[in-house]
Amino acid sequence: MSELAQVLDPPRVTEKADTPAARVARRKAALEWIAVHALGVAAALFFVLPFVFVVLTSLMSDQQTLTRDLIPTHWEWSNYRQVLDTPGFLSWWRNTLVYAGLGTVLTVVSSLPVAYALAKFRFRGRNLSMMLVISMMMLPPQVIIIPMYLFWAKQLDLSGTLWPLIIPMAFGDAFSIFLLRQFLLTIPNEYLDAAKVDGCSEFRTLIKVIVPMAKPGIAAVALFQFFYAWNDYFGPQIYTSENPGAWTLSYGLESFKGAHHTDWNLTMAATVLVMAPVILVFFFAQKAFVEGVTLTGVKG
Amino acid sequence: MTATYTLRSKRRRATLRTLAFMSPWLIGFTVFFAYPLLSTVYFSFTHYNGIGAPTFNGLKNWSYVFNDYPLFWPALRNTLWLVLVMVTCRVLFGLGIGLLITKIKTGTGIFRTFFYLPYLAPPVAATMAFVFLLNPGTGPVNSILDKVGITAPGWFTDPTWSKPALTLLAVWGIGDLMVIFMAALLDVPREQYEAAELDGASALQRFRFVTLPNISPIVMFAVVTGIIQTMQYYTQPLVAGKVASGIIGGSGQQFEPGYPDKSTLTLPQLVYNLGFQTFNYGASCVVALVLFALAMVFTALLMRRRGGLIQAGE
Repeated sequence: MSELAQVLDPPRVTEKADTPAARVARRKAALEWIAVHALGVAAALFFVLPFVFVVLTSLMSDQQTLTRDLIPTHWEWSNYRQVLDTPGFLSWWRNTLVYAGLGTVLTVVSSLPVAYALAKFRFRGRNLSMMLVISMMMLPPQVIIIPMYLFWAKQLDLSGTLWPLIIPMAFGDAFSIFLLRQFLLTIPNEYLDAAKVDGCSEFRTLIKVIVPMAKPGIAAVALFQFFYAWNDYFGPQIYTSENPGAWTLSYGLESFKGAHHTDWNLTMAATVLVMAPVILVFFFAQKAFVEGVTLTGVKG
Repeated sequence: MTATYTLRSKRRRATLRTLAFMSPWLIGFTVFFAYPLLSTVYFSFTHYNGIGAPTFNGLKNWSYVFNDYPLFWPALRNTLWLVLVMVTCRVLFGLGIGLLITKIKTGTGIFRTFFYLPYLAPPVAATMAFVFLLNPGTGPVNSILDKVGITAPGWFTDPTWSKPALTLLAVWGIGDLMVIFMAALLDVPREQYEAAELDGASALQRFRFVTLPNISPIVMFAVVTGIIQTMQYYTQPLVAGKVASGIIGGSGQQFEPGYPDKSTLTLPQLVYNLGFQTFNYGASCVVALVLFALAMVFTALLMRRRGGLIQAGE
């Protein structure tokens, strides 16, 4: 929390000029600094306190969770043990990792060539393709869910598994194509021309020149896709609800409170266990993430 | 070899190359977008419940959804409420936090991380957390409000307060907008501020006449994408309704849609309710198409040729 201590220390004023005007300006700057940082602390509390209360409640005893206490009188670390021992919880973890891991790899591999073509090839229908990609990106998944469900469940008999969610990722994901294409636009064409002069085929250029240069973009796409799978609720609800053995964390978590008649303390412990990995991944990959948000948001 | 390497074969090779690179998406577009979209249109004119073959029934599903389905208009009204209030709150708060973070000079990194983190919380987990935080019995928020003498509302259990509670949850996860606004604010040319200051503009005037015109495309972008996200708003209101009602179902269990009193219903939930709970695929597809039309209107706004916010071309 050394950063917080830093926040509380007023900044040192370096210039020594001591005219009345300078003094007024300095006072004004100091007041502004205090106001801004007080607001900042208030905002930080708004963003962080929900996490704090969730964690505190997750450590309360069964009796205390029925009271309006805010802080545990006795820290029940065994709550977490109990959640992990809940039947199914570990298989939800495994399923989530399969869905997120496999889905992420397939998405990156299938979206990169498409993004490359959209960013660097000149061909008829390119702008139309791009518009369709954006439309697919904005399409609520519910719009096509009835035919999709019938396709996977009735024709391929794959309901009760995660395959209906994983297989489509081998065919390009609109958001990932869009993000990668935006990134690839920033790579100067000279690099590609140089590779062509050296006799590289387009495919070799993609692997040898583009992939190394596009690593930050690929990292951002992989992260977003991993988070998407981790957070997805609608997909698992549609395809796996009949088979708890195929549930993911996001879907299973919702059933947690009802199915086991659990109190808030265990429910919140489960909630923490679903949130924690995402936040840990973020801390390791902060830069790629923020870059991805800016890239899709601002660059045209 | 070189003799046969004509312009035409060169062009054909280029076309083949493009097709090869585009092929994953071309297949995905056909199988997972075009075909199901056309099927949805077809099903919307048929009677179909998954058993037997769909039979054509004209506009019956359409008239059922608009005239007799009791959840359609409440869901549409809720969507309008969310567009007007939730999107506005998110954009204003996101802009405010973006401004704040550009002014914070000490500990910027840790403030930014704090402000950003809630955006990452998985929606189901974040919603469960907020249903707990705001529960009227033992929730910390109401405990604190009671202690300072404010009569606290029932939040997710009260039809008038459930949408404000969802708005609170949405405003908490403002991280994406903060980053976008922050980047836009840092892009405003410094000279313009300096010039305004020389002209004696107050801080408020500088915001009004320098900052706002510069970032207005980003504000528009945030508003339009916010509206599109509202069309897709599904997980949070559904989970909030289910958990707050205390009836959480695994497979097939029925719950009161839009608990409390239809106040958390959104259009995507109707697609699920009609399709997967009452097995009225035809009517479900009608709602899906309404949703599609709404989403596409705003997507078109994003891609408008002149002054469009996302450029499809260069």
